Amino acid sequence: MDLVMLLTVFVLAIFVGFEVITKVPPTLHTPLMSGSNAISGITIVGALLAAGAAAEHSTHLAKTFGMVALVFATINVVGGFLVTHRMLKMFKKK
Amino acid sequence: MLSHSVVNIAYVVAAVLFILGLKGMAHPRTAVKGNLTGAVGMLIAVLATVLSPEFGLDWIYVLIGIAIGTVIGAVFAVRIAMTSMPELVALFNGFGGAASIVVAAAELVKYFEHGAGAEVNITQMSIATVLAGLIGSVTFFGSYIAFGKLAEFLAVKWKLYPWQRLVKFLAAAVFVAFGAYIAWAYNFSVFSILSLVFLVITALITYAKKAVFPGMQALKLLAAIATVAVGVMMVMQTMGVMTFAANPMDLFWLLVAISALLGVTLTFSIGGADMPVVIALLNSYSGIAAAMTGFVINNTVLIIAGSLVGASGIILTNLMCIAMNRSLTNVLFGAMGSSVQDVDVDEVYKTVKSTSADEIAMMLEMAQKVLIVPGYGMAVSQAQHTVRDLANLLESKWEIEVVYGVHPVAGRMPGHMNVLLAEANVPYDKLLEMDTVNSMMDSIDVAIVIGANDVVNPVARTEGSPISGMPIIDVDKARTVIMIKRSLSPGFAGIPNPLFAAENALMFFNDGKKAFNEIITAVKES
Repeated sequence: MDLVMLLTVFVLAIFVGFEVITKVPPTLHTPLMSGSNAISGITIVGALLAAGAAAEHSTHLAKTFGMVALVFATINVVGGFLVTHRMLKMFKKK
Repeated sequence: MLSHSVVNIAYVVAAVLFILGLKGMAHPRTAVKGNLTGAVGMLIAVLATVLSPEFGLDWIYVLIGIAIGTVIGAVFAVRIAMTSMPELVALFNGFGGAASIVVAAAELVKYFEHGAGAEVNITQMSIATVLAGLIGSVTFFGSYIAFGKLAEFLAVKWKLYPWQRLVKFLAAAVFVAFGAYIAWAYNFSVFSILSLVFLVITALITYAKKAVFPGMQALKLLAAIATVAVGVMMVMQTMGVMTFAANPMDLFWLLVAISALLGVTLTFSIGGADMPVVIALLNSYSGIAAAMTGFVINNTVLIIAGSLVGASGIILTNLMCIAMNRSLTNVLFGAMGSSVQDVDVDEVYKTVKSTSADEIAMMLEMAQKVLIVPGYGMAVSQAQHTVRDLANLLESKWEIEVVYGVHPVAGRMPGHMNVLLAEANVPYDKLLEMDTVNSMMDSIDVAIVIGANDVVNPVARTEGSPISGMPIIDVDKARTVIMIKRSLSPGFAGIPNPLFAAENALMFFNDGKKAFNEIITAVKES
């Protein structure tokens, strides 16, 4: 995709984000932060591609970086979704 | 193996699930499902990636990375105490930033050693890698500082526990070792040595015992200018406009090192009550860094997911700033308390009345409606369960209606008090927002304030104080106010609170948890 298309997606996604998240009540702000943090672990896609690149198209160093990125991103994804689930389960109505 | 089109459709599905998942966060009833929806979206994105034609099927690095990450993430998520949630969120924000730096680095290394692929737009690639590295680094290092300040081992003068000393030392050692590695890997080129210098300064700052030290503002400014300058150099070098370094990667690491200094200096001087703003801001940065990484690898799902998180963080940052009546610039660059005028504290507190648990129990017996206003002090003394016990007792013994009033910036992160009270099984429909509570204040017989100060200080309604204009919970308009506090010491804003001496106010000088326990005993006996 060309740069203009990607920028279009970027700008529109920010607007969608504003619309959706403005409706989140203050009582859920902490789970929102940890949950959205898990979503920002989407960098895991980039990390997977870098760590799993075929040897002839990449270098040992690049793949090692990919693996390090994968560790960070996986912590974010796994830890983020789990801890958010743990928190949200506590919110009960009378 | 899937075709490109199928993979891209899977990414769109993942993006839609992220949006639906966040939408579910609009109500506690739908939030659990919303979170799971997001997790399914992530799973689809991951599966699509490993099945895509771009994936090289070299599994060793991938499996090791995922295994380590899963174990660490799961252990953190399951073992963390609810009171430590702000620290955990700060830490996770930082990891997101770190992942962005390293992915950008991997792409650059690949690009410089293997040349451009057919599809690479070099302008986009060079700008995006610089932004991913810069924002990622500010996020990572800034989050470490936020984590350290929340876990109370950075910028403090008191003695640290052994684990705190260890974490502090290890982090500083990693920063320095990282700098030394860069210097060594790039044959001690000028840029690589500069990286080492900046990372050493960064490590040294984490050992400062005071949040504000001489030269802090100058260092912030220097780091900001240098970050922009090195970023521009890096873009020019990658695009081939000008050559600054024999190996452009050492320029990239210099950018990361300077951004580290920027992230650390911006976060280090920020005080406790401003923490909610900073955590929300770092949350936003981690999203924007992910979006920039999307531009690096030409991937829409990263851009969409990253922007959603970026937008979410910006909204929260803005809400927190409004709730404190301060601008973001003022939080990041200003020094609070500089405008404090001389007020005679003894004069303000001349008519302070103190009370006892028995007297409070008597007042509660007469009450029909009780309001509890929690602040950071409740988290510190871990009093949420005891608070709930008293509320339950009042409801069962005397049929008193008990509600909670939560100020947006109470605690150390957005929604901090709500999570603690939810942990103590307080139903969420009893946790009321500031505006709702203020509109029913006439009907409140007794308002109990535990561990909050500035957010109930009526001085905010008058001109000329550091908190002027800050919206507050109007507990002074309740029939009786009980302040549970250990002393008359001021809150974060450093100003006296005339509410303590108000005619309808009583002070119960005690630790939060102990105070509630004593009141419970007194209520039971009466």
